[in-house]
Amino acid sequence: MNAVAVAPAREHLRRTWYAFSRNGGSVVGLGIVVAIVLLTTFAPWLTPFPRHARAFTDFEHAGLPPGRPYALGTDTIGRDIFTRVVFGYRFSLLLGVVVLTAAVPTGVLLGLLAGYYRGWPETVIMRITDIFLSIPPLALALAIMAVLQPNLQNAMLAVSAMWWPWYTRLVYGLVSSLRTEGYVQAAQIVGASPAHILLREILPNCLPAVLTKMTLDMAFVILIGSSLSFLGLGVQPPDPDLGTMVADGAKYMPDLWWISVFPGLAILVVVLGFSLLGDGLRDVFGVEV
Amino acid sequence: MRYSTFLIQRVLLSVLVLLGLSILIFMIARVIPGDPARIALGPLASRSQIEALRAQMHLDEPLYVQYAYYLAGLLRGDFGESLYTHRAVAIDLRDLFPATLELVFYSGLLMVVIGVPLGIVAAVWRDRWVDHTVRLVSLAGVVTPAFVWAIVLMLVFAYALGVLPVAGRLSPGLVPPSAATGTVTLDALLAGNLRAYLDFLRHLILPSVSLSLAGVAQAARLTRASMVDVAGRPYIEAARAFGISESRIALKYMLKPSMIPTVTILGLDFAALLGNAFLVESVFAWPGIARYGVEVILRKDLNAIVAVVMIMGLFFVVINFCIDMLVGYLDPRIRLRQMEDAA
Repeated sequence: MNAVAVAPAREHLRRTWYAFSRNGGSVVGLGIVVAIVLLTTFAPWLTPFPRHARAFTDFEHAGLPPGRPYALGTDTIGRDIFTRVVFGYRFSLLLGVVVLTAAVPTGVLLGLLAGYYRGWPETVIMRITDIFLSIPPLALALAIMAVLQPNLQNAMLAVSAMWWPWYTRLVYGLVSSLRTEGYVQAAQIVGASPAHILLREILPNCLPAVLTKMTLDMAFVILIGSSLSFLGLGVQPPDPDLGTMVADGAKYMPDLWWISVFPGLAILVVVLGFSLLGDGLRDVFGVEV
Repeated sequence: MRYSTFLIQRVLLSVLVLLGLSILIFMIARVIPGDPARIALGPLASRSQIEALRAQMHLDEPLYVQYAYYLAGLLRGDFGESLYTHRAVAIDLRDLFPATLELVFYSGLLMVVIGVPLGIVAAVWRDRWVDHTVRLVSLAGVVTPAFVWAIVLMLVFAYALGVLPVAGRLSPGLVPPSAATGTVTLDALLAGNLRAYLDFLRHLILPSVSLSLAGVAQAARLTRASMVDVAGRPYIEAARAFGISESRIALKYMLKPSMIPTVTILGLDFAALLGNAFLVESVFAWPGIARYGVEVILRKDLNAIVAVVMIMGLFFVVINFCIDMLVGYLDPRIRLRQMEDAA
């Protein structure tokens, strides 16, 4: 690669960063997301009491208020809240990543098919999508949790089941307008296969919107996941989960307020990070999601 | 398209969605591991007892016959008996659902009467400190789960300041004289019991505020965004040129067209309140459907689960229907687009 080809790429990157960083919120969001990802990746080395992440009891230091060495206090059996919050983030991120990995390809594929093939595939796919969208999200998740044992895997399954229709609807809308574009018609005329047209011509033009929505949805998936575990239908003890920790602490209000308030604020921070980052991407890509 | 045709079409679509929901829940309920008859009778039941109950519950018939019985029950409002308490599920719902509905109703009201004016204020004083404050507050509202709000507000207003009650719906000893509707608002006001109603309102503040904050934030953001969008249009400029006062421009010429996208999203938010009520009720020990819903899910009480989910779905569909009708009325272009799609 010679310098002439590299320069535009670097220039493009610089301009993208300029557009992105013009909004201070986006940079803050990016900072929060990067910090949380680093913190969770190196959690065993960055937290003061990694052993407190699972079953562990130390009644001598139970229920201590925030101070040293327990920055955010300890819970009723003496575990460091800060350590558990950081390890709790692992489950939040895992939930978000798994749900989106399952829901997005499904939703996008169905949206591509429904948008490209008019007639019965469109009718069938979009009516089913409408039905899924018309069920209140939490009710659908609750119904699925009713069938399965409450744990992290099943919570992921339940949330994925309620998430794909949003991508079908998004991609369907995009494809409906893209299919009449000149380059798509040109590909059709030269005899390109439908698979080529859908995956190589149309899909790349849907990606900015899909990526932006995924970032914003990380926030909402984490929110829903913590709600499920708050109700006792998600991650089960002794694994640390932010929603479960808030629910546990609620029993000891107001005396041991730090047990639920800090995990609650931790949910706020991660959701805020992904929301701000998503808003920033939306402005850079100029997409509506 | 005439409004009546639009209405009929929407009714049919709502019915279709409810049918789809009933099939989905029926299928989910039928794949629950474990025989409902055995769950109902307990581990000590004999084989013949279980067979008898299976026949009584139509579990020995083909699936489509079972669905027909189930649908016929739903249409009569008969959800069967709880497998554990052997109480009719419909009676449980009648006792618990009004409290939830009441909480959701007041939260929806807050969403509109606080959120929309906040958005208007932010749009009128765009890029001033009022706007920045409203945007910051909205962001906090959107990114914080309702149950975290519930706990924080409870700590501050009920425990630290002690100005509002911690939990429950009425102070001990205060009972609305009749339980005609199950909602304190109607029961207390019908009986002229103002004291009970005011006490109820005091109990209502924290749960309804925690439940509605996300919606308030959403309403403020949407109203602001669509008003700012409209503000640059030529007809606003024209109105200014005619010397129409700024407040009249804001409230009449900018607000009205801004309400169409706002109403749609607010409707969705209103419908979502019912799901989030689960989270808030459990913090404030509100005597609604939430604790019941979670309990029946954890112990796999089939009929009760179906009933809870169907009620939530019905609420959602009814709200969506009302919103469609309202938006179709406000904006004739939406009806027109439907006609083009049909053609």
